[in-house]
Amino acid sequence: MKRMAYDKPLPQSDVWSPPFWEAARKHELRMQRCAGCGYVRFPPGPTCPRCLSPEASWELLSGRGRVWSWTVFHQLYYAGFKDELPYNVALVELEEGPRLYTNIVGIENGALREGLPVVVTFEQATDDFTIPHFRSADVAYS
Amino acid sequence: MSELARRVAVVGVGNSRFGNFPESDANGLAAEALRNALDDAALGADEIDGLVANRVPHYARFGEMTGVSPRWGAQFPAEGRMSGISIETAVMAIVTGMASTVALVYGNNGRSRRVFYGGDPGFWAPWGMTSPGAQHALMWRKHMLRYGSTTQQLGHIAVAFREHALLNPNAVMKRPITLEDHRNARYIAEPLTLFDYCLINDGGVALILTSAERARDLRKPPVYIAGMARADDYRAASTCPDDFWFDAMQQCAERVYGVAGLGREAVDVLQIYDNFTPTVVFSLEGFGFCPQGEGGRFVEDGKLRLGGALPANTSGGHLSESYMQGWGLNVEAVRQVRGECGPRQVPDCNVAQFLCATPCSLSIIYSR
Repeated sequence: MKRMAYDKPLPQSDVWSPPFWEAARKHELRMQRCAGCGYVRFPPGPTCPRCLSPEASWELLSGRGRVWSWTVFHQLYYAGFKDELPYNVALVELEEGPRLYTNIVGIENGALREGLPVVVTFEQATDDFTIPHFRSADVAYS
Repeated sequence: MSELARRVAVVGVGNSRFGNFPESDANGLAAEALRNALDDAALGADEIDGLVANRVPHYARFGEMTGVSPRWGAQFPAEGRMSGISIETAVMAIVTGMASTVALVYGNNGRSRRVFYGGDPGFWAPWGMTSPGAQHALMWRKHMLRYGSTTQQLGHIAVAFREHALLNPNAVMKRPITLEDHRNARYIAEPLTLFDYCLINDGGVALILTSAERARDLRKPPVYIAGMARADDYRAASTCPDDFWFDAMQQCAERVYGVAGLGREAVDVLQIYDNFTPTVVFSLEGFGFCPQGEGGRFVEDGKLRLGGALPANTSGGHLSESYMQGWGLNVEAVRQVRGECGPRQVPDCNVAQFLCATPCSLSIIYSR
């Protein structure tokens, strides 16, 4: 089945991020866990900010976290988000520690709340890229 | 009081017009400001032996165009936090003898060239996350949740600074606003509205700094750099800091008052880096003008207005004069201490303090 053309921004590849996006394509949330001290870091980078070790594994995460805070965009910055306005961006704190900006899908913006338990879900954007979003882990919304 | 206190003085300040000037550019506006600052100090370009350039495209080309060929120079990135960093670096250059008289120049033509803050292809773009304003919106939401602050409190800041702008002929905003206007303004990144955002404009600003000894022989009474300090926090540079930079600002405050040998009670006027209204609250808390979490309630009674207990951003600030990325605020600090501010002058102003809450928290104290 042919999908609608995807016109939101696609990930910008740097040398550290491809394993994150390759995992997302397989519907897995993976981040670097330091081989030296176990610290999980994000966005991807060359070294552990805690112990400076360059050794890390791309660990499969639980995909579970909680909403730390959020904003709702009313201003259009990316043409591809035109039909989404007003859309939310939340800072989610994962069980393993890292925080990331993401969208909480399948929920009214007005129902977002601090500490909302969320779980990762994946949206295929193109043949090459799948974007990890989150949805409420509360029974009422799942 | 430390070795650093009162070693260097501001002896010239200048700015261009602020607004929309497609007929000029960043170099042209910075050159206009430099001419005004040199006139203010009664100095010639040939007496400048240090140049700090910010936001103009290239320091050497700027020097070539203005006849400034210093023995020491530097250029900083286009971020607003670099205004205070530029000034502090110039002080260090003078104290160490790398330069004796430094011109600092800033030029920005973001309005006429329609520079948009946000929408760039960053790491978070696939999720539609972009712009410093959205980051501050998310932080302010957290502040509201954690401390019970309200968006209405931000309105008090926007209204006070707009009132100040009406007393400043060079301010871009000419119409008063009310709390209701703030409440009814359109959302940009919720919970922030249009009036919580600064104003992108074209303009130039310049300062001339020299040693305290040399400053005494120049035209205007010297305004001394009484204290300066900085405390960076890069731990959440990709997202947003858990404490809105509170710990870093606390460290910065302790240092800056230590250097200056004076305390908060000596400060007659504040110039607060107001890229967005929440930054004002974060700064007041971080620098200890009110307890952590109390900043929203602190601004409700009009404290920041002229005539209030703690007048701030008397030019209108970034919200209502023009977003000159901290440069205009530092010039306003100098003018307040000189007593040159006319209808917006804070009476008997001896001490002005610049506060900046960013990943590089920074403060500068100016005094007679």
